[in-house]
Amino acid sequence: MNAHASGSPRTAAMLDVAGLRKVYSGSGRTIEAIRDVTFTVGAGELVCIVGPSGAGKTTLLKCIAGLLPPSGGRVVLEGQAVAGPPPAMAVVFQEYGRSLFPWMTVRQNVELPLKQKRLPAARRVQLVGDALRAVDLADAHGAYPWQLSGGMQQRVAIARAVAYEPHVLLMDEPFAAVDAQTRADLEDLIRRLWHRLKVTVLFVTHDIEEAVYLGERVLILSHAPTVIMEDVVIDLPDERSQLETRSLPRFSELRKHVYAKIQLAKQGWRPPGESKT
Amino acid sequence: MGDSQRRSDAGFRAKNLAWMQASIGLIGFAAVLELAPQLGLVSPRYLPPFSVIAAALANELQQANFWAALAFTMRSWAIGLTISVLAGASLGILIGSSAWLQAVTRSTIEFLRPIPSVALIPVAILLFGTTLQSNLVLVIYASFWQVLVQVLSGVQDVDPVARETAQSYRFGHWALIRHVIWPTTLPYLMTGIRLAASVALILAITAELTIGTPGLGRELSLAQSGGAVAVMYAYLIVMGLIGVLVNVAARGLERSIMPWHPSLRSEQPV
Amino acid sequence: MKGGQTLRQAGLALGLPAALLATWWIASSGSANFYFPPLQTIAQTFVEVWVSPRLLDDVVPSLARLAAGYFGAVVLGLLIGIPIGLSRALRNTLEPVLEFLRAIPPPALVPILILFAGIGDTMKTLVIVSGCIWPVLLNTVEGVRGRDEVLEDVTRCYRIRGFARLWHFVIPSASPQMFTGLRQALSIGIILMVISEMFAASNGLGFAIIQFERSFAVAEMWTGIIMLGLIGIGLAQVFRLVERRMLAWYHGLRQSQRAGG
Repeated sequence: MNAHASGSPRTAAMLDVAGLRKVYSGSGRTIEAIRDVTFTVGAGELVCIVGPSGAGKTTLLKCIAGLLPPSGGRVVLEGQAVAGPPPAMAVVFQEYGRSLFPWMTVRQNVELPLKQKRLPAARRVQLVGDALRAVDLADAHGAYPWQLSGGMQQRVAIARAVAYEPHVLLMDEPFAAVDAQTRADLEDLIRRLWHRLKVTVLFVTHDIEEAVYLGERVLILSHAPTVIMEDVVIDLPDERSQLETRSLPRFSELRKHVYAKIQLAKQGWRPPGESKT
Repeated sequence: MGDSQRRSDAGFRAKNLAWMQASIGLIGFAAVLELAPQLGLVSPRYLPPFSVIAAALANELQQANFWAALAFTMRSWAIGLTISVLAGASLGILIGSSAWLQAVTRSTIEFLRPIPSVALIPVAILLFGTTLQSNLVLVIYASFWQVLVQVLSGVQDVDPVARETAQSYRFGHWALIRHVIWPTTLPYLMTGIRLAASVALILAITAELTIGTPGLGRELSLAQSGGAVAVMYAYLIVMGLIGVLVNVAARGLERSIMPWHPSLRSEQPV
Repeated sequence: MKGGQTLRQAGLALGLPAALLATWWIASSGSANFYFPPLQTIAQTFVEVWVSPRLLDDVVPSLARLAAGYFGAVVLGLLIGIPIGLSRALRNTLEPVLEFLRAIPPPALVPILILFAGIGDTMKTLVIVSGCIWPVLLNTVEGVRGRDEVLEDVTRCYRIRGFARLWHFVIPSASPQMFTGLRQALSIGIILMVISEMFAASNGLGFAIIQFERSFAVAEMWTGIIMLGLIGIGLAQVFRLVERRMLAWYHGLRQSQRAGG
């Protein structure tokens, strides 16, 4: 049980977060949201991040995504320090209703980042088509986002991220605002996409079961000022299904373990040897 | 606690910064007005330097006819605004309280609304000459629509469930208005009053300019005939300042009646 | 039945106007009042006055000046408004000055503009610009300012920057609010078109109306007013059609939100 977690030794580190710190300040008063987060993610891994509310999960994700500048430490993506949103990263946000351009069709939404990458038209058409097929929205090309249900909108956002061909896919509680049945479908969709595309995924969630179901590893965050409580390896079989996997005894054990840790975090757990600031 | 403290500290600093930036803007503007004519970028005959305009303004403020003119303008404004607000609000609520009335009057309102108030200038001249009533014709016609349209928007915003509940309890017409329609409509009415207040002022001055009724507008055209360019600008400044005051006062009124309401509400997009 | 419903809608739409017109017609039919001639007389005079070369000589120049002033104001308002909306520093600095300038009644600027630009078409166009620019500018600033933070993050993540960001994100996001400004500017433009002609002109709709008024040609004056009203209504309708087409996505979005989507 250490506060510093490392990726499995067999893969090279795709994402290396070292000593990440985020402090908000305003004339004398400072709020330390993130104190010291250090972990690595190997290429092709699916890592979930859970924590109690107030653990600064979104702040952490935004720092990794380059949307917020960290106050200390660094984020390194494929050997390059992250100073702003890097081109090899794509993000799927929680608020699907606000993350798609309402004046563009589904196809145009998915295609826009590809145009920015200056890809030739033929390649764009191929990527967009593949991505929409991969999320089961092949028929929705010409629809507008507000004509679609919440789950479908989130799938468009996922398609957009996938079409972008990122090396790392960041997902910020993407299924929090979606109903349970849709969430189950979308979770399976993520696993399928991850298997097919061999992309590295960092998945932030507040749902413990979702984290255990999806991840190869689960990073448990403490309450603010945030550190990593534990890096739990999920040794469930690689083939996962909602019905079977969730009824495995090992699933239950892992879930209880993570849940107990989160309870500790809510009660104000601090790592041993931490100085009182 | 720390979080709100942080926010209020940051907010305090941001506000200070905003005031500084605003002052820079105003001072910069005055500086441009002063330097452009002095440096010959603009002919001083068409645009006197700011200092000259300010002196002319100070001079005007000491003349009796200035204050009389101001009083005339504000009188037209106040009377016209009051009448339009009362008429617009009552008519708006009356129409809004009945779906049938709404349907019947919709086309008429859409027809009459885009007719520009200036169309009435010749009529006003013929009927009333250069009297207060001329001003009022224009002021009331223009401001009335502002209030009416806003109140009708407000009425349409009434929660249909609340309305149906009231009807199922057999609320009379009057009770329906008092308990269901009025509370929802009030914020819209405040917006309407604010918009009408600006429009009323502009129309009052316009009427004075074009018809020649006594007031700030007429003083401006008198200055024009007399070739007193600096005085003309002085009157423009006065008009601008009064307009800003009216706007600020209206926003203040809106905020005091509904401190919780987004007081940035303007005409809704479509 | 569809037919019955259409009939009912037409009845509702035309009912009150028809009733009002009928009342006007009847109430004024025997009128000896100098200022309010019988509606019948006005109707006849309307045809005499406006179904004639006067349409070309007066209405067209007026509309041309309106178009020049209106679109000039739109371009200026957008060009200036977008940067101000994007920068909080610019907004804070310029806001008081802009609030002051826009409170000055545009007709009051006519004497000043006559100084600068004489009494020709340029002056009239400038008057229209000086009034129309404010709703466009201020609504553009508001619209740009109110862009969604999540979408902003999306454009940053996918590295949509510079002109592409303006074209694909900032401007479409602000367009509903911009259109509000465009609509207000249209009403103001028509008013200023008329006023500038009442001051100093040799042709135009406002000029014609004032001429009629000065020579006490009352029935003709009323027809001019009606013509002005018709133009106002017509332009408003055209605007609505254009707006409905360009903001189709926005109407769809709002409808789905209202339905609880």
